[in-house]
Amino acid sequence: MTEKKMTERKLEFRTTVDGLVVKRVYGPADAEGATEEALGLPGEYPFTRHIMPTGYRGRLWTMRQYAGFGTVEETNERFKYLYQQGQTGFSVAFHLPTQEGYDSDHPLAAGEVGRCGVAVDSLQDVERLWDGIPLADVSTSMTINATAPILLAMYIAAAEKQGADRSKLNGTVQNDVLKEYIARNTYIFGPKPSMRLVTDLCAFCAENMPQWNSISISGYHMREAGATAAQEAAFTLANGIAYVQAMIDRGMEVDSFAPRFSFFFAAYTNILEEVAKFRALRRSWARIMKERFGATSPRSMMLRYHVQTDGFTLTAQQPLNNIVRVTLQALAAVLGGCQSLHTNSFDEALALPSEQAVQVALRTQQIIAEESGVADTVDPLGGSYYVEWLTNQLEAKIMEYIAEIDNMGGALKAIEKGYVQREIANSAYDYQRAVDAGDLIIVGVNKYATTEEQLPETLEIGEETERRQIERLRQLKNERDSRRVDEALERVLEVAKSEENIMPAVIDAVKAYATVGEISDALRKAFGEYREPSIV
Amino acid sequence: MQGMSMDKKIRVLIAKPGLDGHDRGAKVIARGLRDAGMEVIYLGLRLTPEQIADAAIQEDVDVVGLSCLSGAHMALFRKTIDLIRHKGGKDILVVGGGIIPKKDIPKLMEVGMARVFGPGTPLAEIVKFIEDSVGGQRQ
Repeated sequence: MTEKKMTERKLEFRTTVDGLVVKRVYGPADAEGATEEALGLPGEYPFTRHIMPTGYRGRLWTMRQYAGFGTVEETNERFKYLYQQGQTGFSVAFHLPTQEGYDSDHPLAAGEVGRCGVAVDSLQDVERLWDGIPLADVSTSMTINATAPILLAMYIAAAEKQGADRSKLNGTVQNDVLKEYIARNTYIFGPKPSMRLVTDLCAFCAENMPQWNSISISGYHMREAGATAAQEAAFTLANGIAYVQAMIDRGMEVDSFAPRFSFFFAAYTNILEEVAKFRALRRSWARIMKERFGATSPRSMMLRYHVQTDGFTLTAQQPLNNIVRVTLQALAAVLGGCQSLHTNSFDEALALPSEQAVQVALRTQQIIAEESGVADTVDPLGGSYYVEWLTNQLEAKIMEYIAEIDNMGGALKAIEKGYVQREIANSAYDYQRAVDAGDLIIVGVNKYATTEEQLPETLEIGEETERRQIERLRQLKNERDSRRVDEALERVLEVAKSEENIMPAVIDAVKAYATVGEISDALRKAFGEYREPSIV
Repeated sequence: MQGMSMDKKIRVLIAKPGLDGHDRGAKVIARGLRDAGMEVIYLGLRLTPEQIADAAIQEDVDVVGLSCLSGAHMALFRKTIDLIRHKGGKDILVVGGGIIPKKDIPKLMEVGMARVFGPGTPLAEIVKFIEDSVGGQRQ
């Protein structure tokens, strides 16, 4: 059907840079695919509308602000502050040396200590990080991947020292190494040994920590790196398929681990497109789990996920405008049906967030929850001709990409070939060119720009942090039983070379106060290190 | 482009010192400069200042572009510039980008960074700055 020619603002309206053409208006014919079978009721297969029958009427999403900086004492203080402000879960940001398996005194750690997360070298740091916070009663998410087995081991050891039972612990480790080869790049080892560590951790949790999410398969970082909504969704599910397959290949039964698989996505400012993405994601994953992997437990088919509003969309120009962007993005996440949400602070294109900015970010969620009314009914945008059409379109695009990756031999192969990285780099470049050409408008940047400077107060991390952390590490190394450390590290190396699960040996090593760098070095000895293929 | 000798392309090295893996900006800029006719070497990430300085000298580049989003820019950029100068790259133009607080920019200029491009900088602005600076030098 052709639309009658009338003058409009643009020749063509599109969802994203390389996206779908958006029509002037949508009607029942466009939403024909949104059958009862494709939608289901909330809480019912294929979970398009929500994973819970009651949506947010039963329980609101978890407001989980990602935080961590400086020393463990400073982060501990911020955590206690957030807790008093009504935050219902913790999310730990570790500094890069911890994420990449270096101690704070390593030459490559110079300048990075305590910068984009909290400095953790040993179990001693983790004990201090959680001082005064009962780990048995909270839920904690840890953004940690290559060194996830080590940091989970430290969390378990610290909790047990507080008297908590590991089987009762609640939380999530990101543990998604595949996306590190695609974006963010905090890998250490190559894809094969990494997959082994990932699945070791998942298997350990399936047996010992029934309430722990053993992986958070993440699209967020790919989106940050430039992926479109469809690419973010598709590449994440493709990685998810690779993890599920790897667990099955270990001999595990799908319903024994899949219920503890969780996901993590970004929310951009284009509300309707994002809502459609989340709905399409839920439906696609449910169908994949049921049809491809033969899952029978509905919990294995439910796509449970965390959302973070997208950091890349924050502008350094006119930073207060970011409060509005974050609000729209958070609204998209909530209308889309997320299980937990982090809202960014408005000053994050300039520096690490200040306390005031962090408070506004949390209040944004609370205002949506308490004042907007959008949480009062489940999937309020369901049935919108446009949203249903978009949901179907996105699902088709997701499945198309997954078929392409299947043809390459799966996500691991596609990543090794640089295919996924290249697709995302192309989208990032297209995006920048569209912004530069003025085809994509960023308010305050390429339209409505002002020359006046608005400089909010930002947080500073002093160089003092680095000196203190290194001093503390030196002290620890003097005080601990070094023979016990050596034996434990020897054991980690031995297990790494065998087919045994790595977790028990790592737990023993952290309890002997072996450091993140030392345990990582033992694993490096067994596995070697990875260098990225050139795609630029 | 005025005043620039056309027989030699501007050679640029793009690198990420330190442990930060956010490489979207670095990759987009590498490609943008290449599309603008420059010869670009993308050295990648997780590099020490020594590795970057060595590569800059060996590759005989006109420009080094550094990117850091982790907050470690003061230590890493300064050290990289010092090493480039020390190893004989006196005329190499060093520019940077990332999450750089405004108050750090004068300090970076003081230690020899020619310009800091923050988030939202159009590619054309970076291309023009490099062409003007390197072209001016070559005259």
